[in-house]
Amino acid sequence: MIEKRYDVVVIGSGPAGLAAAIAAKKAGANDVVIIERDIELGGILLQCIHNGFGIEIFEEDLTGPEYAHRFIVQSKDVGVEALLDTMVLDLTPRREIYAINKRNGMIKIDVGAVVLAMGCRERPRGALAIPGYRPAGIYTAGTAQRLVNIEGYMPGERFVILGSGDIGMIMARRLTFEGAKVERMIEILPYISGLKRNYVQCLLDYDIPLQLKHTVIDIKGRDRVEAVVSAQVDENWKPIPGTEDTIPCDTLLLSVGLIPENELSKKAGVELDPLTGGPYVDETMQTNVPGIFAAGNVVHVYDLVDWVTKAGFLAGRYAGKYAIQQRRESERKLRVIAGNNVHHVLPHILDPLSLKREPQDLQLRVQWPVEDRIWINVEVDGKLIKQQAERYARPSEMIKVILSPEDYKKVVGAKELLIRVEER
Amino acid sequence: MDEIKEKYKEVKGKYDVIIIGAGLVGSIIARWLSKYNLNILLIDKEPDVSTGTSKANTAIIHAGYDSPFGTLRGKLVVDGNRMFYQMCEELEVPYKMCGTYVVALTDEDIKTLEKLMENGRKKGVPGLEIISGEEMRHREPYINPDVKGALYAPTGGIGDPFMLTVAAAENAVMNGTKILLETKALDFVVEPFSLHKKKVSGVVTNRGTFLADVTIASAGLYCDELMEKLGIKYDFYVRARKGEYYVFDKAKKLQVKTVLFPCPTPVTKGILVTTTIHDNMILGPTAKEIKDKEDTSVTPMGLEELYEGAKRLVPKLELTDVIRTFAGLRAGGFLHDFIIEAPPKYWGFINLAGIESPGMASSAAIAEYVVNLVQEQGLELRKKNNWNPIRKSRPDFSKLSLEEQGRLIEKNPLYGRIVCRCEIVTEGEIVAEIHAPIPARTYDAIKRRTWLGTGRCQGSFDTPRVIEILSRELGILPTDVIKESKGSNFLTRLTKEVPERGLND
Amino acid sequence: MVKEKTKLICIACPVGCEMNVTYDGKTVLEVDGNKCKKGINYAETEIVDPKRIIVTTVRVVKGLHRLVPVRSTEAIPKNKIFKVLDKLCEIELDAPVKIHQVVLQDAVETGINIVTSRLLTAKSE
Repeated sequence: MIEKRYDVVVIGSGPAGLAAAIAAKKAGANDVVIIERDIELGGILLQCIHNGFGIEIFEEDLTGPEYAHRFIVQSKDVGVEALLDTMVLDLTPRREIYAINKRNGMIKIDVGAVVLAMGCRERPRGALAIPGYRPAGIYTAGTAQRLVNIEGYMPGERFVILGSGDIGMIMARRLTFEGAKVERMIEILPYISGLKRNYVQCLLDYDIPLQLKHTVIDIKGRDRVEAVVSAQVDENWKPIPGTEDTIPCDTLLLSVGLIPENELSKKAGVELDPLTGGPYVDETMQTNVPGIFAAGNVVHVYDLVDWVTKAGFLAGRYAGKYAIQQRRESERKLRVIAGNNVHHVLPHILDPLSLKREPQDLQLRVQWPVEDRIWINVEVDGKLIKQQAERYARPSEMIKVILSPEDYKKVVGAKELLIRVEER
Repeated sequence: MDEIKEKYKEVKGKYDVIIIGAGLVGSIIARWLSKYNLNILLIDKEPDVSTGTSKANTAIIHAGYDSPFGTLRGKLVVDGNRMFYQMCEELEVPYKMCGTYVVALTDEDIKTLEKLMENGRKKGVPGLEIISGEEMRHREPYINPDVKGALYAPTGGIGDPFMLTVAAAENAVMNGTKILLETKALDFVVEPFSLHKKKVSGVVTNRGTFLADVTIASAGLYCDELMEKLGIKYDFYVRARKGEYYVFDKAKKLQVKTVLFPCPTPVTKGILVTTTIHDNMILGPTAKEIKDKEDTSVTPMGLEELYEGAKRLVPKLELTDVIRTFAGLRAGGFLHDFIIEAPPKYWGFINLAGIESPGMASSAAIAEYVVNLVQEQGLELRKKNNWNPIRKSRPDFSKLSLEEQGRLIEKNPLYGRIVCRCEIVTEGEIVAEIHAPIPARTYDAIKRRTWLGTGRCQGSFDTPRVIEILSRELGILPTDVIKESKGSNFLTRLTKEVPERGLND
Repeated sequence: MVKEKTKLICIACPVGCEMNVTYDGKTVLEVDGNKCKKGINYAETEIVDPKRIIVTTVRVVKGLHRLVPVRSTEAIPKNKIFKVLDKLCEIELDAPVKIHQVVLQDAVETGINIVTSRLLTAKSE
């Protein structure tokens, strides 16, 4: 067994991991390494060949690979190391890491601080319990994206896409570009769950029909998909008899949700929030296990990669400081609670003293959409301290509320901070 | 079907025994027969073993109290159970003698338990005991709190039917059996024999005709179609009995530790809630007779029945941790007993039909029973002196210690790359299965052997990598890699190759 | 002057402002619902000559991967998209490939280049 020691280990080299590694180095950590299971750095960005990345951070409209390139170069410039084609098998609460690769076999790493940046997985067909056969030709959108953009193969020729998430819409266009026919996109909710811009440039542009309030109730075809059956659903998401429609196709693409991938986190004793599927974190992105930080989709699923990068910078900076023993003073921490129409809010706990250093982001998603003007109310121990106006609120678009240094005095000594939605 | 006999009449080989069907039973029969100096051919119409009824099996090693005293299956399950665990040891296939429980929720149920216990005792099932409701709650904290008692069978357990089939077939091959996959029995070679009997001298397949002194049909759902070719009609029909299942993530909130049965009905043992050898929890099977022998589709009604049935045993059950549903078809029949016989009108032919539950637990005893029938067909059985009962398993990376894992990678770097991260399956293991005595040449074949793709992500991560590995190791194009049967290709073409339709809108 | 109204969703950035656009022929008269200037620019282009940034992949010989992702440096006219895609199907690059290497110059006379999105090293044996 090979033994190594690093100040900071970052697990995953997507946007969160790259940012975290760079920030850890800049915060003063000496030996910083990224462990990446693929053969190159970049994570999911490498297969996201579409544009829309970097609008906030660089004020440019970059593709995923271009965005990754910026950070890959920067990580090399600051001296971040990388262990590629390497999979972490175990992480203990004492921050011992066991990883394997072909060259070195089993590697044991002792580390000062860890940043979990493993991203998320896709919800599979089985978890939806869609009735029918289990033929070849059922893919999650991300797997299809990998096959088309990296391996260079078509997973099928005639597609039906279940779910109107961004990945599904992006793939609708991508597959059309490669000569396939996308018959229909089917969404169970009464609205699309991805960005509206994608509805325009991926579905409308190519005359791909979208069916809202519908779902797939059967899959036909024993060896390979031959058709799917869609049906309209009622308010309880139950199929309405008599609305069945058989759509001939050879592939069913699923874009029905992302789930933070935290099996490794659990091994380390990191406590997970059942609402997000990710770790409980404080304003420095530290989990309940000292020295283990987390950033990106592994914490909660983001819409904008720029926010993921910022979270990575945050986690990496504090992981770096932790590793070189730079402890900061802290005061009695606040619990951050999700109130009316807030599905969840991050971070889960907040140290008021952090506000003295710099503004702090509260990131939340609403439970149900309000297509009208609303207030986001921030209350501390029952008293309203801040109101943020929003023109609308959608579960698919994360909302940020910024607490500034002026808010410190309103927050110091309090027990709870509640954030809720109020219609205007 | 004389056109078939004409088309495939070229004789490609002569054997002492041909076994039709490389399912669990057929493969174990092959293994048993391979102890003797016989030339054996095992054929199956699919690209892999264990793809028919054997594929969807609740994997319970039944103790044997259920099947009625006096029936063939009633006898074979007790003998089979006794031999089962040692067979798994020899074949290095995982198993767990965790005991099984039949749960009584009413006083009526308790009477049923007593009847089962009596039936079991008569047959010689060891260690049966009716435990109290309190004791049951102690052993399984999530059991229905109204439980009145349970029948505990210590010799019951859980196994791995897929791996068992593979291992048994491999052991047979190691001991000289020839296996031909993608070889479908289309008809029989029949000759006159005596005044009242004909002789089955071999099998006509899509690869030509193979001759044999004894032909054994272990064809699961298709045995009645084969029997029709010989004009044999049973008093029953072989019907597919569909069983649907829910499979839960290993990391789930609620876990049962053993095998929980409800009180049985005459038709089925009911919907179980059980742990599996891979630490998943499964609910199932339902039991619905259907006409189409290939209809393995999951149905909304079946799933609802599953959940309702399982909740009676474990009321706190929720479906949030379900990762998969599937359905399998048991070769059921009206008769509810095994048919293992040499039909009186034929010489040189043995037929197996209606081998549903407790088929797996009985399998070793079925094999011995068949060996006797083979001897009765006039074949001289001389034991080989070099028969090797041991089939060494290939390394299961996820079960090794960290040091063992490190050493394995040093020996073969391919073990250093994880392909299925949910179940921890390495490239080394996949390649080993592709080059095993019975090569795994499809995605599902690899899945059966390594448990790859059965975890939380259900193959989202591993599929592109497995396609690449299969393509490389088999020397085939990625577009020719299939999931299970012919026609189940994953990929259609390269990108940039525009189909005839053209890109223009 | 013939005033026509239409609803457009701006695609210039991920927000996706829903805009009401009043126009006469090819002239945009009024835009409301946009959060920034980009919305007006988008509406003006969309009415006159709709354009899109396109992304796809191009084949590479002996590279770390079989394909390299490419993008148009700017938006190209919608009605030329498939012609550009067809042209890109014919191209094969030799590894190593640089990032922002020009793959197709002045694609289908749009004046816009198609460039790579990443660098791609040669495959090491």
